[in-house]
Amino acid sequence: MMAKSKTPAPQIKAYADHHVITQPNPLRHAVQYADDKDLDDPVARAEQALADLSGEFDNWMQEECNRLAAAYGTVLKNGFTASARDELFRAAHDIKGDAATFGYAAAGAAADSLCRIIEHAPDITAVPADLIAHHVQAIQAIVREQTSIERIGVAETLSTHLRSVADDYLTAVNHDRPEHLEAILAPSIVPVD
Amino acid sequence: MYRIDFNKLRFLVCDDNPHMRRILRTLLHSFGAREVYEAEDGATALEMFSHYVPDIVITDWAMPIFDGLELAQMIRQPDANGNPYAPILMLTGHSEKRRVTMARDAGVTEFLAKPISAKGLYQRIMNVVTNPRPFIKTKNYFGPDRRRNVNSSYVGPERRTGTKADIVQQPSLMDKARMPG
Repeated sequence: MMAKSKTPAPQIKAYADHHVITQPNPLRHAVQYADDKDLDDPVARAEQALADLSGEFDNWMQEECNRLAAAYGTVLKNGFTASARDELFRAAHDIKGDAATFGYAAAGAAADSLCRIIEHAPDITAVPADLIAHHVQAIQAIVREQTSIERIGVAETLSTHLRSVADDYLTAVNHDRPEHLEAILAPSIVPVD
Repeated sequence: MYRIDFNKLRFLVCDDNPHMRRILRTLLHSFGAREVYEAEDGATALEMFSHYVPDIVITDWAMPIFDGLELAQMIRQPDANGNPYAPILMLTGHSEKRRVTMARDAGVTEFLAKPISAKGLYQRIMNVVTNPRPFIKTKNYFGPDRRRNVNSSYVGPERRTGTKADIVQQPSLMDKARMPG
């Protein structure tokens, strides 16, 4: 184990059914007072570094798309085995998470819709095959034709329509599963930065 | 005005996606961090957590075999090796209320939904460094206080019982060193 600075003992308050443990801030050594004249902006610096990295994003997005296509290919070949389902979900979930960073927000939205189908369909094998196929194909098309279709707004229209069709399906098949219905209909509660 | 000297912080990043690890590394280095350790799965991250004793853990949720939620649960073992109080930032594509609640109940300190932004990441790190929350230990929870706000006008049933606390004295490191065995 690497050497580490000593940590002060925490104060513990014991109540009937819980303890409240308060430590002197162990990370206070990293907090600095900065003068108002200090113009250093770490966020701007990081955004610039991300912009410098953006030359890689098209290739990365294509790799993510290839992974999704491979996962879907496994589903077509072997059906929705547990591992095939998980890999399709993770591939779509990764696109949901990073596509907007890579400049493909509409692909991320379509991937989000695919994730919702996989997560909330009561029986994934009963989901209309076209619904899943259209999501995968739409994500591929948005990435492949980014320059031409993004310009005329087709990518966003496509992902919005897919989401609408998927939500209608999920709402219908989950009418007797209130916990899923609530998750499907609830807006995200994470604050937008 | 306060700022963080990232050079004095040690990070552990856990994400199975190499592109996201690269992005995180780029952002953290740009903030000024030098020590950024990376793991591509929860099991490796747990091993690195014990070995490198990071100040802050940033983890994805969805990973094969051993995911970010399980990693958080393993870190938040009061008697485990390493530092069970280490801040854990969950960086994930999941953003549903149910997921946020699950992460909170696993002891996650801050939740950041993808797509990642430099500002969002910086704010979460600033928060855990400058405003650490007390830890709560109950029969089935150990982690940062899940009550971020104190509502003085709250009139419902109180889930935590006991109004008068006993202060438990903790031995100093020197006292511990002198203890036999």
